Amino acid sequence: MDLLALFVDAIFVDNLALSFFLGMCTFLAVSRTVPTALGLGAAVSVVQTITVPVNNLVHRYVVTEGAWAWAGLPDVDLRYLGLMVYIAVIAAVVQVLEMVLERFFPALHRAMGLFLPLLTVNCAILGGSLFMVERDYGFAESAVYGAGTGLGWALAVALLAGIREKLRYADVPEGLRGLGVSFLVVGLMSLGFLALADVRLG
Amino acid sequence: MSEAGAAGISPPEPEGRARALAVAFAVALACGTVVSVTAVLLEPRQQANRVAERQGLIDEIVARLPGLETVLDPSGVDRIETKVVDLGTGDYVSAVDPTTYDPIKAAQDSAARVEIPPDEDLARIGARAPYATVYLARKGRDISLIILPVYGAGYASTLRGFLALEGDLNTVVALAFYEHAETPGLGARLEDPEWLAQWRGKRVRDETGQFRLQVARGRSDADPGAAPYAVDGITGATRTSQGVSQLLRYWLGDHGFGPFLSRLRNEGGAS
Amino acid sequence: MSGADRRVLLDPLLDNNPIALQILGICSALAVTTTLATAFTMSLALTVVLTISNGAVSLLRNHIPRSVRLIVQITIIASLVVVVDQILEAYAFEMSKRLSVFVGLIVTNCIVLGRAEGYAMQHGVRLSLLDGLGNGIGYSLVLILVGSVRELLGSGALLGINVLPLAVDGGWFHPMALMLMPPGAFFLIGLLIWGLRTWKRAQIEPSELPETALVLEVKTEAAEGGFARSVR
Repeated sequence: MDLLALFVDAIFVDNLALSFFLGMCTFLAVSRTVPTALGLGAAVSVVQTITVPVNNLVHRYVVTEGAWAWAGLPDVDLRYLGLMVYIAVIAAVVQVLEMVLERFFPALHRAMGLFLPLLTVNCAILGGSLFMVERDYGFAESAVYGAGTGLGWALAVALLAGIREKLRYADVPEGLRGLGVSFLVVGLMSLGFLALADVRLG
Repeated sequence: MSEAGAAGISPPEPEGRARALAVAFAVALACGTVVSVTAVLLEPRQQANRVAERQGLIDEIVARLPGLETVLDPSGVDRIETKVVDLGTGDYVSAVDPTTYDPIKAAQDSAARVEIPPDEDLARIGARAPYATVYLARKGRDISLIILPVYGAGYASTLRGFLALEGDLNTVVALAFYEHAETPGLGARLEDPEWLAQWRGKRVRDETGQFRLQVARGRSDADPGAAPYAVDGITGATRTSQGVSQLLRYWLGDHGFGPFLSRLRNEGGAS
Repeated sequence: MSGADRRVLLDPLLDNNPIALQILGICSALAVTTTLATAFTMSLALTVVLTISNGAVSLLRNHIPRSVRLIVQITIIASLVVVVDQILEAYAFEMSKRLSVFVGLIVTNCIVLGRAEGYAMQHGVRLSLLDGLGNGIGYSLVLILVGSVRELLGSGALLGINVLPLAVDGGWFHPMALMLMPPGAFFLIGLLIWGLRTWKRAQIEPSELPETALVLEVKTEAAEGGFARSVR
């Protein structure tokens, strides 16, 4: 599995926000100014880079069929519990991250600490883990995929915030003001990113 | 957010860490039980669904062979053999029971699976099982049809399907995918009968032995030289189309069924 | 049904639609609306989960300590989603494959958690059930509308049955591939919101032009000798 291609794909082509619509609620509610958007994007990138590989380990050694073979229980299949386990892991990672930031990196905590609780139920974070499970990535691939999708999502949010900042001075029809025009803008961004689908590296 | 009137009372504040733990534990236990019971009860039905679907597809592919009725005619002989093949050597593995061998599981078993070197991993699957289950339709001692399971990365999902080749092991009879989660209307059009019908008669390799089978970008007849080996690309689904081309190239190549097909050719189909 | 009940049930349909006004639950709303059938199944799944979870959370609201309330809510919601997913896999196998991970993503659907935390924790069981049902229907309205338009314009069919004569079959209709791709969905919802807010003008957002307002206010103050007049 070509890791570089996977990384680039995850940012531009498999962009969780612009191709799969994940994480939209937070995306549209928060992306009003570029600094806030960057803070949120940074938080998502960090959490995603940690949770996807961790969930990969959990998937392989706890959830999947035959994962308990080492304990003499080869028939145990906990895949139906997968969803609950992954989201528990995400909640735990977010909680620990918040505590670590608060204690050791107060500057970072000020910048993005506010967004962390929101991320527990962010579709993009859970979606990243679920896609990783569905596509059966290895550990290295999971890390790369997590980093890539996190950064891609951050990129999309930052771009949208920049555009929305400019839109404040535009003469938008009343009914489209705010949410409506944001959707149209995201649609155009998504169209733009689609053009990158055929790009192949190396 | 509009609140439709404060019809409820503010809940009293339950205190104590012990209480919090107890409640959390009780809820987790109750939910876990409900979920587990449901999963266990429904598992047989789900398994039956999966098996039926796979069998339905095999029937569908086999049914596309023209003249199958005569082939299946009681007086005309024929049977379909299911065999397990060692992909590395191309030999049959008699010790493994084809009805129970699960190649998907084996591909995930870190002890048994075969890692695919990145430059050979055209189907982007990372690793594969050491063996595969193949289906041989025989007329007498000759092979009239061979069905190979193929899979690989599509756009949004893993594509799993079967490729059927004629006895010459070079002409495609049919290709069909029984599992995918591509975009409906775009990638999912790999299910369209019209698109699938194009595969009939396409050849895998040309006279020089070079691999040519592919999904074209655009129309397959744009390049007359490539037409016997190509089908039309799926509009708006470049990556799904590429995924199909790549997975076919992988499985029909040296790291997939290549050794097995060579063996079959050399030995004239004797088992 | 009393007046209060009716309001709880019907408000989320048009006046307080979870997607169009509350900006909740959009994630799954777009990816599964490429066909009407998937949109409908998703709507049904979400409405069931939302209603039952609202009921369950409301039932337990007096016993959930503040410190663990989020975890308890998520656990309840996740279990409901897993159960619904299992049922789909058993009784509607084809459909469950098409919906793939998106049924699972109902767990993180902002509507479900939003209403559990924002309504069910403070209201009685009956009202919470109605609220869940109402928001579920509001969500379904948007999904079914978007799904119908996307399938119709994108493949000329509805519920898999061909409706418009396709050009490849000798007809006049050339399917709009854009409708089946992400941008199409975004445009549709943007236009939908525009339509809704032109009708229900109360939902229009105020103008985000603080500088202009401030300048006008200062000028007015100076001109009127201290008479501060709000310009908005």
